[in-house]
Amino acid sequence: MSAALLDVHALRQSFPRADGGEHLVLDGVELSLAQGQVVGLLGRTGSGKSTLLRLIAGLAQPSGGTVTYLGERVTGPAPGIAMVFQSFALFPWLTVLENVQLGLEALGLPDAEIRKRALAAIDLIGLDGYESAFPRELSGGMRQRVGFARALVVHPNILLMDEPFSALDVLTAETLRTDFLELWGEGKLPIKGVILVTHNIEEAVLMCDRILLFSTNPGRIISEIAVDLKQPRNRLDPRFRELVEKIYVAMTARTPTPIGISDRLAVATINTVLPRVSANLLAGLVETVAAAPYNGRADLPVLADELHLEIDELFPVADASQLLRLAETEGGDIKLTDTGKQFAEMGTDDRKRLFQRQLVSYVPLAAHIRHVLQERANHTAPKSRFFDELEDHMSTEDAELTLRAVIGWGRYAEVFAYDDDSGTFSLENPT
Amino acid sequence: MRVFVPISVGGWTRLFSRWDFLAILLILGLLIFLGEASRNLFEPLAELQRQPPSLDPHNLPEYAARTTLRMLIAMALSLLFTFTYATLAAKSRSAERVLVPLLDILQSVPILGFISVTVVFFMSLAPGRVLGAEFASIFAIFTSQAWNMAFSFYQSLRTVPAELEEATRNFRLSAWMRFWRLDVPFAVPQLIWNMMMSMSGSWFFVVASEAISVGNTTVTLPGIGSYIALAIEHRDLAAVSWAIGTMLVVILIYDQVLFRPLVAWADRFRFEQEPGVPPPRSWVFDVLRRSRIVERLTERLTALWRSSLRWRSSRKGSSGAPVKRAGRALAMPFTAVVLVFTLAALWQVAQFVVTGISLSDVGVTMLLGFATLARVVVLIAIASVIWVPIGVWVGTRPRVALLVQPVAQFLAAFPANLLFPIVVSGIVAWRLNPNIWLSPLMILGTQWYILFNVIAGASAIPAELRAVAVNLRVRGWLWWRRIALPAVLPYYVTGAITASGGSWNASIVAEVASWGNEHLQAEGLGAYIAEQTDAGDFHRIVLGIAVMSLFVVVINRVFWRPLYHYAERKFRLG
Repeated sequence: MSAALLDVHALRQSFPRADGGEHLVLDGVELSLAQGQVVGLLGRTGSGKSTLLRLIAGLAQPSGGTVTYLGERVTGPAPGIAMVFQSFALFPWLTVLENVQLGLEALGLPDAEIRKRALAAIDLIGLDGYESAFPRELSGGMRQRVGFARALVVHPNILLMDEPFSALDVLTAETLRTDFLELWGEGKLPIKGVILVTHNIEEAVLMCDRILLFSTNPGRIISEIAVDLKQPRNRLDPRFRELVEKIYVAMTARTPTPIGISDRLAVATINTVLPRVSANLLAGLVETVAAAPYNGRADLPVLADELHLEIDELFPVADASQLLRLAETEGGDIKLTDTGKQFAEMGTDDRKRLFQRQLVSYVPLAAHIRHVLQERANHTAPKSRFFDELEDHMSTEDAELTLRAVIGWGRYAEVFAYDDDSGTFSLENPT
Repeated sequence: MRVFVPISVGGWTRLFSRWDFLAILLILGLLIFLGEASRNLFEPLAELQRQPPSLDPHNLPEYAARTTLRMLIAMALSLLFTFTYATLAAKSRSAERVLVPLLDILQSVPILGFISVTVVFFMSLAPGRVLGAEFASIFAIFTSQAWNMAFSFYQSLRTVPAELEEATRNFRLSAWMRFWRLDVPFAVPQLIWNMMMSMSGSWFFVVASEAISVGNTTVTLPGIGSYIALAIEHRDLAAVSWAIGTMLVVILIYDQVLFRPLVAWADRFRFEQEPGVPPPRSWVFDVLRRSRIVERLTERLTALWRSSLRWRSSRKGSSGAPVKRAGRALAMPFTAVVLVFTLAALWQVAQFVVTGISLSDVGVTMLLGFATLARVVVLIAIASVIWVPIGVWVGTRPRVALLVQPVAQFLAAFPANLLFPIVVSGIVAWRLNPNIWLSPLMILGTQWYILFNVIAGASAIPAELRAVAVNLRVRGWLWWRRIALPAVLPYYVTGAITASGGSWNASIVAEVASWGNEHLQAEGLGAYIAEQTDAGDFHRIVLGIAVMSLFVVVINRVFWRPLYHYAERKFRLG
C-alpha cells in the first residue's frame, strides 16, 4: 500500500445549543485514505457523515482535530479535492459544457486547454452530444453524469461523493454505479482515491474497499469492515450477501456499542430524540412481519429488499416499534413481541387502545405532556412549553422532529390533541 | 414568477430590533443634515431661472428622449448601488446588521417629499449649473429606483442554494467569479422584475424633479416632467394629452426594446422551472439573437468578460473561506464608521429637536398622518372589494387571464400622476370636495398591483382543487369562502403591501393639486409636506417626512408583516 492521500485525526464538530451547552455532531473521527482506495462512510441520517465530507473538502472548519491532505493541513477548499453532490448542484443557467468548464476557468487555464479537457471529460463520462443542453433538459441520471464530469475534469486526487445516487431511480443509479466502477477499474479516471457517503448498505458493499460504520448522535466510527471481493462484484454472490448481513448485524447490535437501533431507545427518557414515523407505517411494518412468510421474525436485509426501503427509512420504523415494545431487533433481525403480535391481529379501535397504553408507558415525553395537561386547570398548554424543555437537551431541529413525532402518535392514540394554528396542546378533541 | 414582497418580511421575530432604531436615527440624521446644508445654499441659486420649455408638441420627442436618458442613467447607478450595497450586506455579518434595517426604513421614507431639498443640495455641489441640475434630477430618480432593487438582490443572495454555493467553493472560484457565475445569475430574474417596478415608480419622480420650485428658487430642466408642469400652469388640456400620448409611446418602446428582451433572456436564469408556463417571448430578443453582427459583437464581449473572471482568479490564487475572512477584517473599521455616523446623526437630530420643533407641530402632523392613514385604509379596502372578485374571475379563466394580465401590468407601470391634471380639471369644473375626490388619485396607480397579484394567485389554484369543488358542488359564497379567498390570500397580501406603500408616497402629490391658478388641497400629511416644500420650511418638511415614515414603518411591522407570515404559513399552496 502506498502513502496516504488523506489523514483525518481526532476530528470533532459541534454546534452551540440553546442552553449554552454544545451539540456534538462528530466525535473522535480517525480516517485515512490510501491511493487506489474507495472508502465508504455508512450511517443513518444524523450520523454526521455528510458533515465529515464537508470538513474533508474544506467547506467547513472543524471544532477540533485535523484533516491532512498530502501532508498539508486542510484549512479551506483544497486544490485536488473535488466533490459530487447529492442534488447534482448544477448551474441551471450554464450548458453542460459550461458547467463542466467551470472548475477549469477557476484555475485560470487558457481557453484552448479548457475546451480540450472539458470535451475529453464529457466524452469519458458518456455525455457526447449533450454539450449544448441545459441541465433542465436532462434526466436525473444525465445530470449526475454532468456532476461527475465537472468534478473529474479538474483532475482531482480525491473524489468526494455525497450520496451521489440517492436522488436517482433504482435502474439509473445502478447504471451509473456500474459505469463508474468500470472506468475506475480500468484506471481511466484521473483520480487516486474516493470517499463515498451513503446510507445504502448494498451500494457500500458494491463499490467500496473499506466501509466505516457511523453511530448517530454523535457520529462516531464504530466499526470498520474491509471488502476484499474482486470487482466486478455480484450482488447474489454468497460472500456479498454475507457482508451485507454482517453490516446489518453490526448496525443492530446491542453490545458493545449500539449504532442503528439502540438500547438508548429501549429506555427512553423525556429527552430522547424520537424517530419521526407515522402510526400507519408502524402498523404496516408490524403487520408485514406478523404475516407469512416471516411469521413474527424477519431478516432486516430481506425485509428492506421486499419493502424497497433503505436503512434510512427502515431503521426509524424499527426504532419506533422497539421503543413502543411492539418488536425488538437483534443480530440483523426484527422480532415481534407478544404485544406486537396482538397488535397485528386487532381492529382499529383496539389498536388505538393498545397503542395508547404503550405510548403512555414507554414514551415518557407523551406521558409528560398528558400529565401537564391534566394538571392545568384549562387542560391546555402551548407547544413552546415543551419545546423549550427539549431544546435544553438537543438541537433545535431534533426538538422540532421529536415534538412532531410525539404529536403524530398522541393524535393517533388520542392521548392528547394539538392545534397547529395556535400551537397548543389540549386534552379535548375538537367536537 | 414568485411575486416580490417590497418590505422586509424575514429575519427578526421581534417587531423592532435595536438595529431598526439605529437605522431610523441614521436616516433622520441624514435628512436633517441635507436640509440644513441646502438651506444655506438657497440664495446663490436664485438666479438660475432657466428659459422655460415651450408647449409646442414638436419638442416632445426631444423632451422624452432627455427624460428617458435621465431615467436610464439613474437605473445604471441603481444597479451599481445594488451590486455593491446588497453584496456587502449579504456577505458581511456586521454590515448586514446595519445595512438591512437601513434599507428597510429607507424604503418607507417618502423621498418624493424631499426632492426639493436634495435637488438644491446637489446643484450646489456641481460646478456647472445645468450639469448640477441634471445631476440632481438623476439623483432624485435614483432614490426612487435603488432601494427595492437592492433589497431584492440582497434577498436573492441570502437564498442561493447551499449546494451551489458549496460547489463554487469546492471548485475554488474566486469571489469575483462566484459573483458573476452564481450570485448575479441567480438573482437576475427577480432583479429584472424589480427594475421594471422601479422604472414605473420613478416616473413620479421625473415629473417632480424636472420642475422644482422651493421658496422662490425655480429649477426647470427640459423634459416631459417640466412640460407637464408648464401645461398645468397654462391650463392646457391639449398639451397634457400630448404629453400623456408621448409617455405611452415611451413606455411601450422601453417595454418592448429593453424589458421584454431582458425578461426573455433572464428566463434561462430561473432556478425553478414551473411546468406548463410558456417561456416569455420577445421579438426584439429573437432578432438580436439571430443577428450575425450582434452575435459577433457579444462574442467579443463575453470573451473579454470571461477573461476578466480568469484574470482575477489567477492573481488571487487560493480563496480559503473568503466570506468569513472578509467579514472579520471588515468588522472593526465598520463598527467605528457606524459609531461615528450614529453620533453625528444623534447630534443632528438633537439639535433639530431643540431648535426647530414644537410639540404642537408634532401633534398636528400626527393628526394629519391619521387623516392620510384613513384615506389609505379606505382606498385599499375599496380597491380590494372591486379587484379581488374581478381578479379571481379572470384568474380562474386561463384564456381571459392571458389577455388581462399584461394589461394590468402595463397599467401598474403607467405613471398615474400624468393623469392627475385631467382629474383635477374635472374636480375644478364640477366644484367637488377635494377632501374626498382628490383621494382616489393616491391609489390610481397602485391598485393594479392588487389586481395582477390576485390574478396570479387565482391562476395558481391547482386544477384538481377546482375539480374537487365542482365535484362536491361547492358553489356561491361557500366557494369564495373556502376555496377562492384562502387560495389568493398570500398573493393578495403581497399586492396590498405594494399598493399601500405606493399610496403613502403618492399622497404627497395627490393631496395637493393645482390647475392653473386653482389650488386644491385635502387635509392630510401629504398635503402638509407639499405645502411646507412650497414654503421652503425645511424643519417642517423633515418633520412631516419623519412622521410619514413612522406611520409606514409601524404599519408594515405591526400589520403587514404578521399578516404576510400568517398567509404564507396557512394558505400558500404547494
